[in-house]
Amino acid sequence: MSTSAVPSPEREHYLNKDYGIRSWLLTTDHKRIALLYLMLITFFFFVGGFFALLIRLELLTPAGDLVLADTYNKLFTMHGQVMIFFFLIPAVPAVLGNFLVPMMIGAKDLAFPKINLASWYLLLIAGCLMLYVILTGGVDTGWTFYVPLSTAFLNTHVVTAAIAIFIAGFSSIFTGLNFIVTIHRMRAPGMTWGRLPLFIWSNYATSIIQVLGTPVLAISLALVGLERTLHIGIFNPQLGGDPLLFQHLFWFYSHPAVYIMILPGMGVVSDVIACFSRKRVFGYEFVALASIAIAVLGFLVWAHHMFVAGISLYAAMIFSFLSYLVAVPSAIKVFNWTATMYKGSISYDTPMLYALGFIGLFTMGGLTGLFLAALGVDVHVTDTYFIVAHFHYIMVGGMVMAYMCGLHFWWPKISGRMYPEGWGRLAALIIFVGFNLTFFPQFVMGYAGMPRRYWQYAPEFQVLNVLSTAGATILAVGYLLPMVYFLWSLRYGKIAGDNPWNAAGLEWMTTSPPPTFNFEETPVVTWDAYNYDYLDRDKKDVKEAPVG
Amino acid sequence: MAEREVELVVEGHPPGLQHHFSDLEQQREASTMGMWVFLITEVMFFGGMFLAYLVYRSMYYQAWVVGSEAMDFWFGTANTAILICSSLTMALAVRASQLGHRRALVILLIVTMVFGIAFMTVKGVEYHGHWLKHEFPGPSFHFEGPYEQQVEMFFSLYWAMTGFHTLHVLIGIIIIGFVAYYGWRGEYTPAHHNTVENVGLYWHFVDTVWIYLYPLLYLISHSHPYK
Repeated sequence: MSTSAVPSPEREHYLNKDYGIRSWLLTTDHKRIALLYLMLITFFFFVGGFFALLIRLELLTPAGDLVLADTYNKLFTMHGQVMIFFFLIPAVPAVLGNFLVPMMIGAKDLAFPKINLASWYLLLIAGCLMLYVILTGGVDTGWTFYVPLSTAFLNTHVVTAAIAIFIAGFSSIFTGLNFIVTIHRMRAPGMTWGRLPLFIWSNYATSIIQVLGTPVLAISLALVGLERTLHIGIFNPQLGGDPLLFQHLFWFYSHPAVYIMILPGMGVVSDVIACFSRKRVFGYEFVALASIAIAVLGFLVWAHHMFVAGISLYAAMIFSFLSYLVAVPSAIKVFNWTATMYKGSISYDTPMLYALGFIGLFTMGGLTGLFLAALGVDVHVTDTYFIVAHFHYIMVGGMVMAYMCGLHFWWPKISGRMYPEGWGRLAALIIFVGFNLTFFPQFVMGYAGMPRRYWQYAPEFQVLNVLSTAGATILAVGYLLPMVYFLWSLRYGKIAGDNPWNAAGLEWMTTSPPPTFNFEETPVVTWDAYNYDYLDRDKKDVKEAPVG
Repeated sequence: MAEREVELVVEGHPPGLQHHFSDLEQQREASTMGMWVFLITEVMFFGGMFLAYLVYRSMYYQAWVVGSEAMDFWFGTANTAILICSSLTMALAVRASQLGHRRALVILLIVTMVFGIAFMTVKGVEYHGHWLKHEFPGPSFHFEGPYEQQVEMFFSLYWAMTGFHTLHVLIGIIIIGFVAYYGWRGEYTPAHHNTVENVGLYWHFVDTVWIYLYPLLYLISHSHPYK
């Protein structure tokens, strides 16, 4: 177990170095910026969650009785836009990645600390614009901004929402740029590519997508904005413009964006499973390269969102095949996580519960993704609740689980305090139950033909919808609990010590909370990632020397 | 860049070294790489419009020929020459900063800015002409000739592509202005001039975009096989 002494109260670290508001708002410390992000996206998580609850309340009954049809369109639009651009995409990279990437590679900070702070301000500005949109009437394009609906037929705040997401996109681009350069250029002596934690590999892959994909979203939204304001009609069918071109450009970003959301979560889960199985990740190289493979293949599958939009059959068949290929690296990861646990000494602390939940739910989401990659089945379930259930299994069941997993795992490092373990496990359980109750019925109703994005539905779907709404309320409780006990732990939590999990990784070798420059002196790395055999050498009969 | 002068201050804190880098070499490599990654995002940004151009040009080639004939060949050609010259002065400015020639650096940067402003002036005159002829998309668009709607699409792409490009030129001029000011104050030394190099990279990128825009927009009719 941790051998370091309880830190004395007066030890200076990144949290108590300065206290003023300026020291936070003008900080260039990646750890403080991570906490700024944490506050910002937690706020938007609850904003987006509020919309989700309103949607589920409306769908409690088959009649459209709670909100008007137009209001309902706005609810699911803003739920999607807020959750995707202001929570899911920044969640793991901008909060956990910001905090951990420099520490995990033994650097003092990200390569461009000022750009890092600027990224946060960009997201803040974008968030304020989004709030303005929400408070002054909303937007109802669907999160996809499909033309010509968004350019010619709606009188809501389309342009403002597009500008907000454009700006949020640049926040994401600059975070990705910072990570790529940092991981290439700032690694500590001895920290070779083969020794990087898998969290770093997956964030690296994520950054590649952010840098290559997000500008295409930016130009697509910019052209929509120009078409609305200046009549520059790139997608205008009256001039011979092709609305499908917008869909191609949009999904060229927005499909890889799914991997922006899930890949960092996979990195979290890799680190956590290794720690709570006390083993090196099985097939480290394969898991690492699977991240890169997902990033590359992710750029080649976008048109599977357009199978019913009227693309050519040959294109559809090729995109269908390529979509199946993405399953290969994803499956490599799942199999290697289970193989890591095989014969490991597993403990079921809260982060591990989330990680196990992630594996199950991600597998469900991934396997139903194969249904959708199949042309015939996709035609049957397109724009039904089957799709809604599928991507929520990946995004909420996968990504949010992984985010909660990482937040609990690294909370002792971030705050220096332990969260209450019992409450943590309870919340993890509630979230798992609530999630499945919310979204599993949606697979069934979707397969039976209930369309998405309608505020009314046929009465035979009511039982399933009531189950789903009940699940959503349980889920809400599950998400509120950690918010409460994390805040509670800041003051009353047990002092964590430097390495409460006895985990591998450079971030655990510095103090908790870390000093401003992370390490007293730059570490020199002579071991591979996940050297749990070495960390547990006293407990095992088999003695092994540290690798390297 | 062949003989990079290494004048690292051995002891103490070298001027210009930020706290989180271990040495100037690491800092220089990081900032150069950051700039290249940024330029990749720019390529993807413009790439969306180039893709749209390609799709519609293959769909409406005849209209593209007609639209291209409505471009002002000499304005476009003059601007191409101006930007190529500005790339030369920018490259010389980077060289001057490598050699530590402060005066030459500042003068060359100002000349680059003047070329940039000249480009924008020509572009402005050209835009004004199109505007007067109602060649801006929208309700007031008017074009004497065949394929009026598709030509409006051509003009949509023309305004969007050159508009975003000109915006990049403007940003470049402003940044070069700052760099010239810092250069005049003597902030750049042979050991520490990556800002100049990075601005140079950005400026060359902006020029390169124009090198593609010029033939795609202005020269279609000149290569038309039936002319």
